[in-house]
Amino acid sequence: MTETLPKPAMERSGRFARLWGSDIAWSYRRSPVTIVASIVVAILIVAAVFAPWITPQNPFNPAGLNLMDGFTPPMTANEFSGNFFVLGTDDQGRDMYSAILYGARISLFVGVMAVLFAAVLGVTLGLLAGYRGGWLDTVIMRIADVQLSFPAILIALMIFGIARGFIPPGSRDQMAVWVLIISIGLSDWVQYARTVRGATFVEMRKDYVQAARLIGVRPLKIMFRHVLPNVMGPVLVIATIGLALAIIAEATLSYLGVGVPVTSPSLGTLIRIGQDFLFSGEWWIILFPAVTLLALALSVNLLGDWLRDALNPKLR
Amino acid sequence: MTEPLLQVRNLRVEFPTRHGTLVAVDDISFDIAKGEVLGVVGESGAGKSMTGSAIIGLIDPPGRIGGGEVLLEGRRIDNLPPSEMRKVRGRKIGMVFQDPLTSLNPLYTIGEQLIETIQTHMALSDSAARKRAIELLGEVGIPAPESRLNSYPHQYSGGMRQRVVIALALAADPALVIADEPTTALDVSVQAQIIALLKRTCAEHGAAVMLITHDMGVIAETADRVAVMYAGRIVEIGPVREVIKSARHPYTEGLMASIPSLSHEQDRLFQIDGSMPRLNAIPPGCAFHPRCPHVFARCREERPELVQSGASRAACWLHAGDRR
Amino acid sequence: MIAFVLRRFAQAVIVMLAVALVAFVMFRFMGDPITNLLGQDATVADRQAMMERLGLDRPMPVQYFDFISRAVQGDFGISYRMARPVSEVILERLPATLELAAVSGLMALLLGVSFGVYTALRRDGWLSHVIMTVSLIGVSLPTFLIGILLIWVFAVELGWLPSFGRGETIQIGWWRTGFLTESGLKSLILPAITLGLFQMTLIMRLVRSEMLEVLRTDYIRFARARGLSSRAINFGHALKNTLVPVITITGLQLGAIIAFAIITETVFQWPGVGLLFINAIKFVDVPVMSAYLLLIALIFVTINLIVDLLYYAVDPRLRVERPKAADTT
Repeated sequence: MTETLPKPAMERSGRFARLWGSDIAWSYRRSPVTIVASIVVAILIVAAVFAPWITPQNPFNPAGLNLMDGFTPPMTANEFSGNFFVLGTDDQGRDMYSAILYGARISLFVGVMAVLFAAVLGVTLGLLAGYRGGWLDTVIMRIADVQLSFPAILIALMIFGIARGFIPPGSRDQMAVWVLIISIGLSDWVQYARTVRGATFVEMRKDYVQAARLIGVRPLKIMFRHVLPNVMGPVLVIATIGLALAIIAEATLSYLGVGVPVTSPSLGTLIRIGQDFLFSGEWWIILFPAVTLLALALSVNLLGDWLRDALNPKLR
Repeated sequence: MTEPLLQVRNLRVEFPTRHGTLVAVDDISFDIAKGEVLGVVGESGAGKSMTGSAIIGLIDPPGRIGGGEVLLEGRRIDNLPPSEMRKVRGRKIGMVFQDPLTSLNPLYTIGEQLIETIQTHMALSDSAARKRAIELLGEVGIPAPESRLNSYPHQYSGGMRQRVVIALALAADPALVIADEPTTALDVSVQAQIIALLKRTCAEHGAAVMLITHDMGVIAETADRVAVMYAGRIVEIGPVREVIKSARHPYTEGLMASIPSLSHEQDRLFQIDGSMPRLNAIPPGCAFHPRCPHVFARCREERPELVQSGASRAACWLHAGDRR
Repeated sequence: MIAFVLRRFAQAVIVMLAVALVAFVMFRFMGDPITNLLGQDATVADRQAMMERLGLDRPMPVQYFDFISRAVQGDFGISYRMARPVSEVILERLPATLELAAVSGLMALLLGVSFGVYTALRRDGWLSHVIMTVSLIGVSLPTFLIGILLIWVFAVELGWLPSFGRGETIQIGWWRTGFLTESGLKSLILPAITLGLFQMTLIMRLVRSEMLEVLRTDYIRFARARGLSSRAINFGHALKNTLVPVITITGLQLGAIIAFAIITETVFQWPGVGLLFINAIKFVDVPVMSAYLLLIALIFVTINLIVDLLYYAVDPRLRVERPKAADTT
């Protein structure tokens, strides 16, 4: 935010205070829901990143699991082994607390990478379509239109299925995470492209861009100097809401059994496993992963909503 | 003297907001006689349209009537239950809005909208209502009304649509037609026609007209009496001739001087300096005093009421002594 | 009118051809069809003979055309996993999905429009607030979690409704229906709610915001000023105008129901084409995958086409002027 404070005030208060006093910070402080959501997201990110150091076991390592520990309810010690588990264990003796943090790690990794991929792809195509116009623009936007008429999750599923089919069976599990990232990313580039294309059109029509083109400034420079800064706000909003969608998409695909392999379960996989034990009374196997997924997706979503309103008050 | 058709007594329209209550119409009173054309003139935001909406009971929430009363043919209508008020709208008071392009529902034919309105207020058979619809269209100068009945609004031009809107306002023979800036959205070339049409058809149907406009020229040609509004209040009201010939309020003077046809002796059009105050910043005393060329101490402190001055009444301390 | 229909139709055909190309590439290049049919130890001569018999040695455009003409006749090859003709398997499973989608779609449409109109007209009523809050949660919950939640409450805890399968079904011709038995209907309830809830909230929110928009327009004000009854204004004028833009989105949502059925069918082990497709992906059963791809695309394109024509029928402005507004450029 380039707020024009009187100069002495700026010198006195410094960078942090300037940020604190900006419009964005003001609307943040006024929204308790956003504060809670951002704290939840921050805790989950930190916990996921540092999972190996703050969990008692590595749930991805089958050798570290003890079947004797299986089906231990939360906050109790296992009746055979005497091991204590805060959130209980699943049928394999996997500590749910560890599994959830490792699972969130995968969910977040896939989500963030997919959003990055979608954003880079979408922004690039949007710039290209807006800058070049003509048939290139028509082709890109036609594809976008057609893709937009199908639900994103279906597109992701299709791309995942197709991509997996072309990978030799031996490396399918190994590549699963990357295939997921690409499929979810490919299913979600359209919004970025549309926004950036629109902004590019507007910017291109301005006199100074025309002038810059005439005197031979390189297109790339025009795009990066003039167009991109103008669309960073909307792109950030799309990316934040996109992150929530990507996390849910990953969870859904993994729940369907076509996402990450069972040996390295994400939150969706854990929920799928847990559903088998709903009827037999081991509720904790599904409840904790489900709550974590929900908290993560909902919080990111709320952050995105808030960001959208904060950056563009006119929308409300 | 017979009872006036419409009596507005101390009407007040207010908008509660986070920063306090804004008063859009502040304690105004006036009458409209049967068959009379009353012009209401003023800048945008002066409260003219709000007064019209208040009379017909269509102020959008959170706005509300904060005081006063409205009487139609001697009966109070400002506190009627919604179902009763609905029988007044269209039946007793017709309304013509500013923009004919958006006043008609694009998904229904002109005929459907006319017949629907006619049958809402009159117990007519389908064929009788249709016949009346054709008559009305003919009256407002739509050529070949019979075939145009099945057209959709988008097939009409702006001027044609406003004719249809007038026909709709008159559909149930109301006693009063409130026309809110009926020509503002139209091409200049058709404005005069529409005003003439409005005046003629209303006269034929015996309806009085409350003509809301910011165009003093239109009022001068059309109205019997005129009310000048400024910042939510009536600052001057009287017979059109009287007000035009000898405006009592400095604001009215300014308005008169800004009519091209009436200021031929001037080289350039007169302009009142400054602009009308916003509703949340109405100055104390006379609201016009910051712009008034004749301002004196009393104007800044006390608010003037309407007092008789010649044939008209004005709210200005300059004329406070006339009656005494 | 005819030009408009023809243009829409041409667009639909182009989309179908593009999807068919993807399906063809999958069908032809994913894995090795010859090995799939003959096994690993076939001789080179056998392989050559098979290639010629299947026409895999012909030029690609010819093969593509051949693929399309066979697909049009309903021939999608043999499922690798089930060793049965794909069309047969799909036809067998389709009624389950269509019944589920129809019930969900109807529910989403009826409740979505009613709730949307209600919350728009009674904007500050407590019931509106309740509906809006619930819908907010409904939108942010992933579909499969809603399904699991419903199973947990109504199947596990209360034991009222079955948690998986279609219950008893009755065969009518080639159609196997669950509508005619009590257990069939009971089995349908939870999946239908799961599948319809998300679309319902979307439709509801859309109808609500459109309706609020329309209620603010001049022609509604003018309708009030003409003294029309609130019934005539709300349901005659406002609702009709609201539905024009709603039709487009709603139509697309109904298409999305078929797609989201994949998730619901997995949660409830509902034996429809969605579950078939998920299993096909897991086992890389290419013929089933490509057939499903074509089927879904056909459904979407058809719905799009119907929506456009419907739009055209509802809005008189499009009938006279050039049909620009319906264009998505």
